[in-house]
Amino acid sequence: MKYTFEIICMLLIVGLFVLTQVVGNQFYFFIGFVILQYMVMATAWNILGGYGGYVNFGSAGFLATGAYTAVALINFLDVGLVEQMVAGGIFAGLLGLATGYLTLRLRGVYFAIATLALAIILETVVAHWDYVGGAAGTSILPKRKPELLGELIVDRKAGIFANYKEYLFFLMGTVAIISVWVARYIENSKLGRGLNAIKDSEEAAECMGVPTLRLKLIATTISGAMMGVAGAPLASYLTFIDPLSAFNLEYAINAIAMPMIGGTVSWAGPVIGALLLGTAQQVSSLWIQSELNLLIVGVVLVVFVIIAPEGIIGWFRKSRQGSRR
Amino acid sequence: MSDALLKIDSISKHFGGFTALSNVTTEVAPGERFGLIGPNGSGKTTMINCVSGLLRNEEGKIIFDGKDVTDLKPHKRTGAGIARSFQIPRPFHTMTVIENLMIPAEFVGHHRGEKGDDRAEAMEILETMGMAEKADDTTLDLTQIELRKLELARAMAAKPKLLISDEAMAGLTGQEVDEVIDILFKMNERGITIIMIEHIMRAVMRFSQRIICLDAGQLIAEGTPEEIVKNKDVERAYLGSTDG
Amino acid sequence: MAIFIDLLLNALVIGVLLGGFYAALSIGLSITFGLLDVVNIAHPTMLVLGAFIAFLLNSTWGIDPVLAGIISTPFFFVLGWLIYQVYYNVFEKSGAESLRGLAFFFGLLFIIEVGLIIQFGVDHRLVEAPYIGQSWNIVIGEEIDVAIPFRLLVAFVVAAIATLAIHAYLTKTFFGRAVRAVAQDMMALRLMGVDPIRVKRIAFAMGVATAGIGGALMIIVLPIEPSLGRLYLGNVFAIVVLGGLGSISGTLLAAVIIGIAESIVATFFGPSWAPAVSFGILLAVLAFRPEGLFGKTAGAH
Repeated sequence: MKYTFEIICMLLIVGLFVLTQVVGNQFYFFIGFVILQYMVMATAWNILGGYGGYVNFGSAGFLATGAYTAVALINFLDVGLVEQMVAGGIFAGLLGLATGYLTLRLRGVYFAIATLALAIILETVVAHWDYVGGAAGTSILPKRKPELLGELIVDRKAGIFANYKEYLFFLMGTVAIISVWVARYIENSKLGRGLNAIKDSEEAAECMGVPTLRLKLIATTISGAMMGVAGAPLASYLTFIDPLSAFNLEYAINAIAMPMIGGTVSWAGPVIGALLLGTAQQVSSLWIQSELNLLIVGVVLVVFVIIAPEGIIGWFRKSRQGSRR
Repeated sequence: MSDALLKIDSISKHFGGFTALSNVTTEVAPGERFGLIGPNGSGKTTMINCVSGLLRNEEGKIIFDGKDVTDLKPHKRTGAGIARSFQIPRPFHTMTVIENLMIPAEFVGHHRGEKGDDRAEAMEILETMGMAEKADDTTLDLTQIELRKLELARAMAAKPKLLISDEAMAGLTGQEVDEVIDILFKMNERGITIIMIEHIMRAVMRFSQRIICLDAGQLIAEGTPEEIVKNKDVERAYLGSTDG
Repeated sequence: MAIFIDLLLNALVIGVLLGGFYAALSIGLSITFGLLDVVNIAHPTMLVLGAFIAFLLNSTWGIDPVLAGIISTPFFFVLGWLIYQVYYNVFEKSGAESLRGLAFFFGLLFIIEVGLIIQFGVDHRLVEAPYIGQSWNIVIGEEIDVAIPFRLLVAFVVAAIATLAIHAYLTKTFFGRAVRAVAQDMMALRLMGVDPIRVKRIAFAMGVATAGIGGALMIIVLPIEPSLGRLYLGNVFAIVVLGGLGSISGTLLAAVIIGIAESIVATFFGPSWAPAVSFGILLAVLAFRPEGLFGKTAGAH
């Protein structure tokens, strides 16, 4: 059927909603949010990195752009979460576009380092921007006022969601599903094929009629926007934000490690990577210190790039091909 | 020759203080088989990079099919009808052979509003190259000559008016060279103008109707293969009796 | 006005000294990245590892940090040797896409940094040596005097010696010339009967070995903590790219430029802006002049 995938997506969103209604233990939503956020980050990273071959080391910068756009909006306009996410997406998308323009002549490692440089410059600027809390950070109280969906969702005593964590979880889950849908759509589109050609040989792609610059700019914009959307609810989730938590290297390493582990050639790779690595990190953080946790991510990343260049989906493909031959 | 397909009008290209091309002017007629020769570092590759748009010439103009393409990006030039192969093959290595051909078919063909069966057309091109049975192989499994053929096949999939073949024969055996020349002849018979850059003299002389020779970024000779063979400047450039 | 001149003069002097120190941090990367084309983005974090080793030797046995750096250098040589062995066999030999090579070094960076956090925590660490904390005041005029901290002076002198030694080694010896040739013409080396992979392995190990002495200088100059490596990533890459890849003298000059720029910004705008300086310069160089300020232009040879 033509729309099977879309129907599954819809069902998953409904499923998320049902979860928020039947599961009582808030802890699940607390860790579920993080895993879903990683899924968006990994999926977004993979559009540029996996399809187009441009490695972004500065993912945290885009996420933080979303987060701080939300903080500025809360301070300035007092708008709701959905609007914050839209705005976060727009600003981070613009940052992506700017990154694309600034780095359009850069290939390979130079692009990667430029993105890292951008993230650190942004972090320095934000640390000096007192309106959003500066280096010390700022507390964000979850909104209790009506908002676009909020009126019927959070506030009423008989509201749809029992509390804010469920609401955040549901929103992030919806974003994750839409992101995966977008990534899959790109993968099977002219854009995706063009990006693949760029990854393999940018000169050859350009000489075969692929408008490489335009495709790269589209990819940096979409990828940045997704990360911004994922970052916007961060302040509400943590109820506090400072440059250290928003620009955390954890995001950068996970955004790379998850697609690498799952496999970069397909939308399923980042999803598998985020589910496995994200869940493992969240669960293990219960009894081991968070640093050790990160160490494991690093080791797993290195081991995977050495022994499984095409990630977990590469194994599946190989075994399928093997049985065909 | 006012109705030339490609007019190169006094183009120059510098890299820092180094002059790679100096005031080169030439024309290629529609349907012509045009040879471009010159010793290593004479500016051949720079010249075709300027024609295909990977490099921008600082001075001079490039007119293709009556249009000034000097400021166009490479992909626009491909859309206008200039396609090229690469000296060192640059296949899309994560794709299969036929997928390699589908890229120009999709990005150039569809852009021109052509609606055809890309796959069937790509298959047909592969058949003329004798590569049909390799269609679904990945490019990593190809031999040297197959990679060269893929370069030409992919360029053909862009449905060019002008095909630039950049040393498609370097490193091939005599028999393989003949095979590639035959392919180029076949394309030319279909009305495609061909510029052949080549080190293998036998191939250029046999294939070309007209040849130009570059040396140190300057055009030193132009003429039929017979005239080029007898040309003293060409001989000097190749024997290296200049200071180089 | 006198205050301004005083500040500027001090900033300039500190900047030059910092520059020498930065050169020592960058020279290893200039070899591995600039000459060998192996993008060791973990280099700054290896420097921090070197700094912690110096800290350990200093706090346990009271060994002078410079000496500690010299002691740890062979360890880093071996580490570099091993890393290149893996890198070559997994990525370089098969011509695997650079994407994976990058991820590999990014992972290494991460492992080292987190390992340091687990072992030492996130607190700042210092070393003790007679020259730390002292400075030398030169009175130039009324209200104008230049203070030269000894810790910076020591770092500058050691860095200068190390950098010049490496420069001499690369230009004067047969092996050094082979290292410089390996980037350009592997074939020619083979014809001369030199195994280019062996040359690259030793050169890479040398590049990593500089993390021993460079790290020791780092902890002499400033208190260290594990995440410092990422901050220095901007400095060292800015310097190596600005200096023109693989040019040792270019690296030295670029290091001084970055040092002065940082010192001036820190003096007049506050030290917390310093990280933005090198990363900003790096970004500008990458965007507008990727071949570096003193880089050779393409096709010139």
